[in-house]
Amino acid sequence: MDKVSSFPKTLVDVPMHYCPGCTHGIIHRLVAEVIEEMEIAFKTVGIASVGCSCFCYDYFNFDVVASAHGRAPATATGVKRVHPECLVFTYQGDGDLAAIGTAEIIHAAVRGEKISVIFVNNGIYGMTGGQMAPTTLPEMKATTSPYGRSTALTGYPIKMTEMLALQDGCVYAERTKISSVATINKTKKAIRKSFELQIAGKGFSVVEILSTCPTNWGMEPLESIKWMEENLETYYPVGLIKDEKEVK
Amino acid sequence: MTTKVLMKGSEAIAEAAILSGCRYFFGYPITPQNEIPEYLAKHLPKVGGTFLQAESEISAIYMVLGGAAAGARVMTSSSSPGISLKQEGISYMAGAETPCVIVNIMRGGPGLGAIQGAQPDYWQATRGGGHGDYRLLVLAPATVQEAVDLTYQAFDLADKYRNPVMILGDGILAQIMEPVELPEANNQLPDKAWAVGKNENRPRNIVSSSYPKVDELEKVSIRLHERYAQIKKNEVRWDSYLTDDAEYVIASYGSAARIAKAAIKMARAEGIKVGLIRPISVWPFPTEPFQNIVPQTKFFLSFEMCTGQMIDDVRLAIGNERPVYHYGRLGGVIPLPEELLAKIKELVKEAK
Amino acid sequence: MGLIKIREERCKGCTLCINACPKKIIALAPYVNSKGYNPATLTDEKACTGCGFCYAFCPDICIEVYR
Ligand SMILES: Cc1ncc(C[n+]2csc(CCOP(=O)(O)OP(=O)(O)O)c2C)c(N)n1
Ligand code: SF4
Ligand code: SF4
Ligand code: SF4
Ligand SMILES: [Mg+2]
Repeated sequence: MDKVSSFPKTLVDVPMHYCPGCTHGIIHRLVAEVIEEMEIAFKTVGIASVGCSCFCYDYFNFDVVASAHGRAPATATGVKRVHPECLVFTYQGDGDLAAIGTAEIIHAAVRGEKISVIFVNNGIYGMTGGQMAPTTLPEMKATTSPYGRSTALTGYPIKMTEMLALQDGCVYAERTKISSVATINKTKKAIRKSFELQIAGKGFSVVEILSTCPTNWGMEPLESIKWMEENLETYYPVGLIKDEKEVK
Repeated sequence: MTTKVLMKGSEAIAEAAILSGCRYFFGYPITPQNEIPEYLAKHLPKVGGTFLQAESEISAIYMVLGGAAAGARVMTSSSSPGISLKQEGISYMAGAETPCVIVNIMRGGPGLGAIQGAQPDYWQATRGGGHGDYRLLVLAPATVQEAVDLTYQAFDLADKYRNPVMILGDGILAQIMEPVELPEANNQLPDKAWAVGKNENRPRNIVSSSYPKVDELEKVSIRLHERYAQIKKNEVRWDSYLTDDAEYVIASYGSAARIAKAAIKMARAEGIKVGLIRPISVWPFPTEPFQNIVPQTKFFLSFEMCTGQMIDDVRLAIGNERPVYHYGRLGGVIPLPEELLAKIKELVKEAK
Repeated sequence: MGLIKIREERCKGCTLCINACPKKIIALAPYVNSKGYNPATLTDEKACTGCGFCYAFCPDICIEVYR
């Protein structure tokens, strides 16, 4: 029998620090597999943000620059402007991208910065212990919305990818989810498309991935996937938001 | 032979950066330093460089981090409020051991303050500025020629020590026009094996200031501080004026030192033996010249365009050996040499 | 015809592979690994098709698939 799938060479074989069942690990693997399959590890630079994934530089087996909370798109801009031949992607959580880093991500899209954005939306601040994020759903409980998110007090969840897609510099925006083998494969395809567009010299692209935080949602991994589909997805519908072909 | 050209301080800084091999500039407009980005927007593209106006100073400094991590010579410039916004990023750059040059053309503060030149950011510049236990190498030019020379050197120093270097100027220096001799273009930039980019023939590089294990972070902190000790040993720069027989010593840097010189000339004409020690590197601070001159000196007078910040370093240098006074105007008011002369005379009278 | 090998030391016992397997031939072992997790194990070697669903779903990349 032949080995048909195993540990990607684009990942370092060390244990990951993520909680059991956290979908960050799956998304790491998808990014790594795409880079391995495209044979571009030698010219890939990942930009780590600040969130549970801030230690992704321990796992990705290629160059990584660690940026500050929310600033990965600016750091990616600096790297890409110096090395336009490289594949440069950011890996950002929803607190990172949709709260503190709103200006950086919007303006990277506005400039048509030739970078790829892997946006992992779990509707919560995972790393700091489950505080409310701008993406947290109405009535959803978090440690700083202990009675459920009050829209009267804090407004409504932010739809970042739709906002990014509105910018002329954005060539491709898609929202996917991690809930089944089919959606995992779809997510991988979206990541590949984003990377291919970048290599082809097209503009900014973003893949938002609906993810889970079993720990801070207070659920078993399987239950959290179900909850994500039944709740997060109703507010954040998956699918293509902007396709390359729409870009003139 | 290079010939002299007439240049504005801000434009001279920008041109010196280009000559030093800087090809990337990221910044955000703020008075009184706009001529630096405007000059670079015009001239960087001509040498194959990139000028990019960011959406904020925060974004600009993280673009600088990216460019520096990618191995390029990168610069940003701003003025006081903008420099405040950059502080988190400067701390990240110091922690990630990434070189860059940051120009602060200081203006009156706090808050929005005023756009006129002042020197209220000395503490911020010399004490690190952002969070964490780090230092910036801070150079404070007083003339346009010195602004050129120090900016040119700043990129080498940043690369040598893998640390951000700050050019600390003020609105007066930025606006003044003087003849300058420009240095030769630097075509031999150092190799940076630690930088990210194409990585066919080497192990992966990680540029990060994140060290979650405390013992690791302690080791890194010690390494940084050993480097700062080297900087203290090697990079102290200062100048003096009429100190040989001085009985009273003025401490002053940047544009204020020019006013101090004028006041000293006037005092000397009246027979008052006053001299000037002018720190050029304000971090590392030149403590030795101050210590050495203590025996002949009756008092020190720190002359700064703020309420007195460098005075702390003068006091740290000489201890309680002699009185240390301060004089300065605030908020962007430019002190006249006559005012300083009056202050000198008043203190001399008291000292007798 | 297929086979999987599970690197038990990497496994965090999250059960996502168990749910993903169409043949329902993965279960948590009764023992724990050095991290204190009950690792996943293959319960029926003959039934495995080598479809790779378990690999696709494993957040900790513990599984090697053979076909
Ligand atoms: C300037 C700054 N503010 C706050 C923090 C603290 N902080 C670290 S991670 C984080 C939230 C991360 O949430 P998210 O981006 O959604 O990532 P997740 O952990 O959920 O994957 C916060 C607020 C920080 N590191 N820096
Ligand atoms: S806290 Fe949440 S997002 Fe972070 S690793 Fe744990 S489950 Fe994943
Ligand atoms: S390869 Fe397919 S059949 Fe075999 S254990 Fe994995 S999921 Fe089950
Ligand atoms: S999915 Fe991976 S980590 Fe989770 S139980 Fe299965 S083998 Fe273990
Ligand atoms: Mg999150």
